Amino acid sequence: MTRYLNAIRIFWSASISAEMEYRANFLMATLSSVMTLAGTMFMLYLFYRTGYELGGWPWRDALVVVGVFTFLEGMQSTFMTPNRTRVTEHVREGTLDFVLLKPIDSQFWLSVRTISPWGIPNILLGLGVVVYAALTRDRLPGILDLLPAAATLIFAVLMLYSLGYLLSTFSIWYVKLYNITMAMQTLVETGRYPITAYPAAYQVFFTFVLPVAFMTTVPAQFITGQGTAGWLLGAALVAAVLLILSIAFWRFALRYYTSASS
Amino acid sequence: MPTVAVENLSKTFRVADKQPGLAGTLRHFVNRRHRLIDAVKDVSFTIEPGEVVGFLGPNGAGKTTTLKMLTGLIHPTAGSVRVLDQVPFKRKPDLLRQITLVMGQKQQMIWDLPPIESLRINAAVYGVPDSEAKRRIDELADLLSISDELTRPVRKLSLGERMKCELMAALLHHPKVLFLDEPTLGLDVNAQTAVRNFLRDYNRQHGASILLTSHYMADITALCDRVVMIHKGGLIYDGSLSGVVQRFAPFREVKVELGHEFDHATISRYGEVESIDGRVARLLVKRDGLTAAVNRLLAELDVTDLTVTDPPIEEVIGRVFDMDADDLSSGGPAREAAAR
Repeated sequence: MTRYLNAIRIFWSASISAEMEYRANFLMATLSSVMTLAGTMFMLYLFYRTGYELGGWPWRDALVVVGVFTFLEGMQSTFMTPNRTRVTEHVREGTLDFVLLKPIDSQFWLSVRTISPWGIPNILLGLGVVVYAALTRDRLPGILDLLPAAATLIFAVLMLYSLGYLLSTFSIWYVKLYNITMAMQTLVETGRYPITAYPAAYQVFFTFVLPVAFMTTVPAQFITGQGTAGWLLGAALVAAVLLILSIAFWRFALRYYTSASS
Repeated sequence: MPTVAVENLSKTFRVADKQPGLAGTLRHFVNRRHRLIDAVKDVSFTIEPGEVVGFLGPNGAGKTTTLKMLTGLIHPTAGSVRVLDQVPFKRKPDLLRQITLVMGQKQQMIWDLPPIESLRINAAVYGVPDSEAKRRIDELADLLSISDELTRPVRKLSLGERMKCELMAALLHHPKVLFLDEPTLGLDVNAQTAVRNFLRDYNRQHGASILLTSHYMADITALCDRVVMIHKGGLIYDGSLSGVVQRFAPFREVKVELGHEFDHATISRYGEVESIDGRVARLLVKRDGLTAAVNRLLAELDVTDLTVTDPPIEEVIGRVFDMDADDLSSGGPAREAAAR
């Protein structure tokens, strides 16, 4: 265990020192995060300006969903996207061999090998919007709302990770999966607004097929004091199933891996 | 107990067959035809602790496939592999900590960072404590004389320097078994020599077993007493390096200079004539008749100079690889060599 933690420490300090070479990049990332967030909030405002409530969610509550979404996007681009891109690279260049020969779990290595600090502005902005929206509501969230809210956020991150890992596992068979990151981005995009804003059929799809509802709407429900035990349990279950699935699928895929010929 | 034990190892790949041109591409897309390729056929050999074995074969002979089965990267179709008495394909951490694989055409160093970062990552992953890792890095860097380059980004290093760093990364955990696939590929003569000397020292210091493939015969002659040769997936030779010449070229070359002019008929009584150049003739003489032939030459002709040499090993091996696998059992290479 300590070896794994030690590995993470060294992995991340190495990737940050590599990325910190580019200071201007950080400014650009922050600027782009602020602009995207402002755009989303403006879109949302257009709905609410006329008194229309998206899926029955009042303005402040819908803002919480936007905040959670932005936070998740930041988590994804900091911790997940850079690693996903690498899996495809490793398969194409045959360097996955080196990973498989390390006395450490290959999925662990491929999942935490690198981070990119460019998602941090999104993480902070997302949390900021959530805190702002929660504090300016009529009813302040209590500890009984926040604990399950934090839990569902962790589940949301796990779901996002597992889905992404499942997708990038396909690169073992289909080497040219450059657009896997795009696919994940589009998938999560639907979580920008409360799930109830979508037509019923879409709601079913985004809840049970692609669990986007569990990622943004459910944590927002708890933050705004509308969560139920059923949703909490559901989120835990979905996260666990997806995580187990991603591990099992990776092991299955490795049996097919014959590595790029040389 | 041998370090590596390979028994009747085979690997069959299923590959898609594609005809050239647009029509072929379309057919390939709609109805893909596959055929089976025997990359490795029924190969058996063992490697003892501390042994350095050269693994020879032309391109596509199945060397890399065999190395991948030995390291557990791919699963054999048939037969068994044991490395340090374990099944490599299970990739148990205990085994992985004791083996290493170096590939001349692939690198594990992180391109944008100095090698020292990649080395620290490997130390952490293999559970080498910081102080010990530092000691080992200093020692390896010293042996490879590369200390200054460790803090420069990998992309700024030369091919030779990068290969030295790759070796450091591969040996930092002091493995007992080294699988080296073309470790000197593309290196200049000095770097090749440095890598060779380094590997020999490592083998002596740690008693490690090494299986080495290389297209440079100099690597093999400098490091290996024993060679295993495969051709078209099958094992064709396993034995001492000097035995290769005996087995595939049971001839020696006799170069003789006479004190007078002579004709082809005179000299061809002593062996097969390769060339005649003025008073100098080159003959191929069977090993078992060598002494008799030389004695007769000296007794019957006016010999001013005579040397006996082996045909160069590169040439013998090159000839072997040019042949069909079927010919090899019927003494084909000997005929080939004789016809030279």
